Amino acid sequence: MSIQEAQEELIEEFALFEDWMEKYEYIIDLGKDLAPIDEANRMEENLVKGCQSQVWLAADFDGNQLTFQADSDAIITKGIVSMVTRVLSGHTPQEIVDAELFFVDQIGLKEHLSPTRSNGLVSMIKKIKAYALAYSMA
Amino acid sequence: MNETMAFPIEKIREDFPALHQQVNGHDLIYLDNAASAQKPQVVIDTLKHYYEQEHANIHRGVHHLSAAATDKYELSREAVRQHLNAEHSHEIVFTRGTSESINLVAYSFGKAFVQEGDEIIVSALEHHSNLVPWQILCEDKGATLKVIPMTSTGEWDIEKVEELFSSKTRLVAVSHVSNALGTVNPVEKIIAWAHERDVPVLLDGAQAVPHMKVDVQQLDCDFYAFSAHKAYGPTGVGVLYGKEKWLDQMPPYQGGGEMIKTVTLEKSTWNELPFKFEAGTPHIAGGIALKSALEYMNKVGLEEIASYEDQLLQRAVSHLSEMDGIDYYGTASHKAAVLSFLLTGVHPYDVGVILDKLGIAVRTGHHCTEPIMQYFGIPGTVRASFAFYNTFEEVDRFAEGLKRAQRMLS
Repeated sequence: MSIQEAQEELIEEFALFEDWMEKYEYIIDLGKDLAPIDEANRMEENLVKGCQSQVWLAADFDGNQLTFQADSDAIITKGIVSMVTRVLSGHTPQEIVDAELFFVDQIGLKEHLSPTRSNGLVSMIKKIKAYALAYSMA
Repeated sequence: MNETMAFPIEKIREDFPALHQQVNGHDLIYLDNAASAQKPQVVIDTLKHYYEQEHANIHRGVHHLSAAATDKYELSREAVRQHLNAEHSHEIVFTRGTSESINLVAYSFGKAFVQEGDEIIVSALEHHSNLVPWQILCEDKGATLKVIPMTSTGEWDIEKVEELFSSKTRLVAVSHVSNALGTVNPVEKIIAWAHERDVPVLLDGAQAVPHMKVDVQQLDCDFYAFSAHKAYGPTGVGVLYGKEKWLDQMPPYQGGGEMIKTVTLEKSTWNELPFKFEAGTPHIAGGIALKSALEYMNKVGLEEIASYEDQLLQRAVSHLSEMDGIDYYGTASHKAAVLSFLLTGVHPYDVGVILDKLGIAVRTGHHCTEPIMQYFGIPGTVRASFAFYNTFEEVDRFAEGLKRAQRMLS
């Protein structure tokens, strides 16, 4: 499944919900379902600091594809980062570099993409892109 | 709880246009007043009128508008003097805010009076604005920061205060009211102890001026700092009160127009107080509108404000005490209307997001007081801070919103 298709699939899932509360309950469930990041990866250099919530991000490259593990101390952020890793994991660095992330906005969570909300998500996406760029040039 | 008191809440709310809007489909409930307060119409009108009719640069022009703007700006300084009951209006220095007021003292007092090996006393309850400037000063000068420890109730460990003084103590810089926890600190005691040793005291009054009567002569503090925007005035304006005897001995903070008496290419001499500390064109409109804000507060009545806000706090505490799974931070017996707490096991950010969806604005995070959060071992708190324009009904809706957030997040 391409990054585009994975995003469209998430947008369809969220289209089922009637109001914001159901969306947030689903995100909270996604956050609860996301396995915590491996203890070995819960290190300072994998920490993406937001003003409010923190995100841990670990990248693994098998020579072809990048996969990501993520975690957050805030459950709503954790639910959203689980969607980001679902969309971006298992793709080549070049595909990730080229990807335009539109699903967070389209499922009605635009405020979480605002850099001023300082929730760690924007920093996480930047870090993912930076990893991908580094591997795409390797 | 007496809800039928004669506090004119409906009339007051009419005066604040920003309160009458919807956020995420709900009537806004603004409980982030410790960060910044909304503005009454009279303050907005003063700003607007100034820019439409009265604007000119001050203190220099001979023409009508300049003279009129200068008069208004200086009348505002006099209004601040009266509000704080300072002895002289030249003891009132206009700044950009509390942070700049404190930085001014750290720089200027530090330059004149702090040497290597000297000591500055602060407390573990300080906002970063009243911590970082002193850290910078101490690093520059080779001085040491001594810290009043905090107790689990969010109060100064008062028994430890006196032992922090030494013959090397040059200044005490502490908050009047804690922004993160609402604790009203026993500043009178520390001022007495400091003055017994001829040590001056700076009070960070950012969280006190909007909520209570502050009398700098009665307190006998040497410096007092506050921001207009937390006291219903404009952003970008603040006040530093300083006793004449200290301000006179302190060198200027910044160079530029207004702060000079004479300038040659080789050397300059300084203007008199307070202009010595007011380089450049100030926020004239903001300075003038601060007077409107203070007048508005005085019209409502400082005692009435304090009493009403305490009732709001008590009602919130009463609601939360009926809920399970609330951890309180800051349980001092003497508090301003600030409620700092966590839902057990829930990150404050998540609570803030859900409340925002319900149109309820609270602050979440470390409130720029990271040492307090480190003490409690938490990433931050949820902080509801009340103003005199909040209603009992809003407090009830806040509690309902919190219960909903708890159901969703637990």
